[in-house]
Amino acid sequence: MRTSEKIIEGLLWLSAAITILVTAGIIWVLLSETVAFFSEVSIMSFLTDTEWTPLFAVKRFGILPLVAGTFLTTAIAIAVALPIGLTIAIYLNEYANASFRAVVKPLLEILATIPTVVYGFFALTVVTPFLQQIIPGLAGFNALSAGMVMGIMIIPMISSLSEDAISAVPKSLREAAYGMGSTRLQTAFGVMVPAASSGILVSIILAISRAVGETMLVAIAAGQQPRLTLNPLVPIETMTTYIVQVSLGDVPHGSLEYRTIFAVGITLFVFTFALNNISFWIKKKYQEKYD
Amino acid sequence: MKNKKNKLEAIGLNAYYGDFLALKNISVAMEENQVTAFIGPSGCGKSTFLRTLNRMNDYIDGFRVEGEILLDEQDIYRKEVRVDELRKQVGMVFQKPNPFPKTIYENVVYGLKIQGIKDKELLMETAENTLRQTTLWEEVKDKLHKSALALSGGQQQRLCIARALAISPSVLLMDEPTSALDPISTAKIEELIYELKKNYTIVIVTHNMQQAGRISDHTAFFYMGELVEFAKTKTLFTSPKDTRTQNYITGRFG
Repeated sequence: MRTSEKIIEGLLWLSAAITILVTAGIIWVLLSETVAFFSEVSIMSFLTDTEWTPLFAVKRFGILPLVAGTFLTTAIAIAVALPIGLTIAIYLNEYANASFRAVVKPLLEILATIPTVVYGFFALTVVTPFLQQIIPGLAGFNALSAGMVMGIMIIPMISSLSEDAISAVPKSLREAAYGMGSTRLQTAFGVMVPAASSGILVSIILAISRAVGETMLVAIAAGQQPRLTLNPLVPIETMTTYIVQVSLGDVPHGSLEYRTIFAVGITLFVFTFALNNISFWIKKKYQEKYD
Repeated sequence: MKNKKNKLEAIGLNAYYGDFLALKNISVAMEENQVTAFIGPSGCGKSTFLRTLNRMNDYIDGFRVEGEILLDEQDIYRKEVRVDELRKQVGMVFQKPNPFPKTIYENVVYGLKIQGIKDKELLMETAENTLRQTTLWEEVKDKLHKSALALSGGQQQRLCIARALAISPSVLLMDEPTSALDPISTAKIEELIYELKKNYTIVIVTHNMQQAGRISDHTAFFYMGELVEFAKTKTLFTSPKDTRTQNYITGRFG
């Protein structure tokens, strides 16, 4: 009995340790390759140069165009997902009856199970041609279409987490609002949403983090042309797309070009790590407000 | 003594949660500027009944009523009645103090703000008046813009009463308003109820029979969804007609 307990305990420890070791390994590889990269390229030019052309004859290593591309697709995605996701969350909580909610919530979560590659060619072959009929100057690859479809993709993250946050608000607050003669709309926006704001904020940050890290969709639909622009109608390149492009290409191992993906990778990592920490901090700080 | 007007009246009221008949043929009248208390064991329907008086049960799936509830002789369950308008006339205070996670001031003026009133002076004046009415003013006047959640339970409950009064309802429903409070806070709220009945019709659900005896003019005893007995409080407590009432007030069950 005791030995079997010990073995089980050891296995549990091992599985926990493996996850940590793998994470540490990833960070170590990222860091060591990045250090090698920055021994050849100055951090200053990496952060301030406005051109990203590591694969060209004249090499420039400014991360800004890639950051701009990521920022653009993410901003469009959030602009789509936040109003829709929040509306769904409020509707499900304050208006829908229990049986409707029981059907719609799982259906929404199906959106999250569609492979992102499917979203990618949906953006490229359906949304972009459709948008081109409305916006004549729209390029075949563009941030607008990719961002909008990405927005649809992350709706369930926002709606589901926000719905949880709103339903965690004590029922007594809703009753207080109704008891004062609030309409449903006044109750939802004047009381429930503000009371759930920390949870809603967490859902938005996690959605941003997801959008920043999204790869396949933007690689397919947004283009592979790093450029420092906030114009959503032209092809751009995100950080993730660049990593895909180089990983799939024939760049020799150990070359400077090869190391660029680690520099980009660590930039991406810093962004998502910061976002996840912010959401963790918000959750911790505001979670127990009503207990 | 002149006869008081009936402010609220239930006529043959049945209430259902799905198939469950929670209130059986309730008919009772609540007089203007009087305190009417509902007593009875847990699950007897007294809170359900209280909550039909401002239609707070409307959002519960499967809840429905038959019969009539008259407010100033008008049925509040008519189709054209807007529940939000109804609740501006029939205010409510709950068992557990439930201030909004906003400032003290924002809590008191909430009801006015949702009616679109923006005049800062008027809002402040109402806030001060209602906080004075609920004897909270001296305690909070220096921290009106601090969070209401920092107040004690008793202060929070008086704040909730002030919040309800700010929109000048004519009826105040109170669902066990002191059951979560200490004896001193309870005494303050009972005094307050006594003061408030000059201007308001008060209906209170209470578990505490001494409380019903102290503050109410009329008492209704509910048991298993039925209104067993309704009388002047003194009469009900000294010479109950029904044996179930007698058993309950002498503490034999409940």
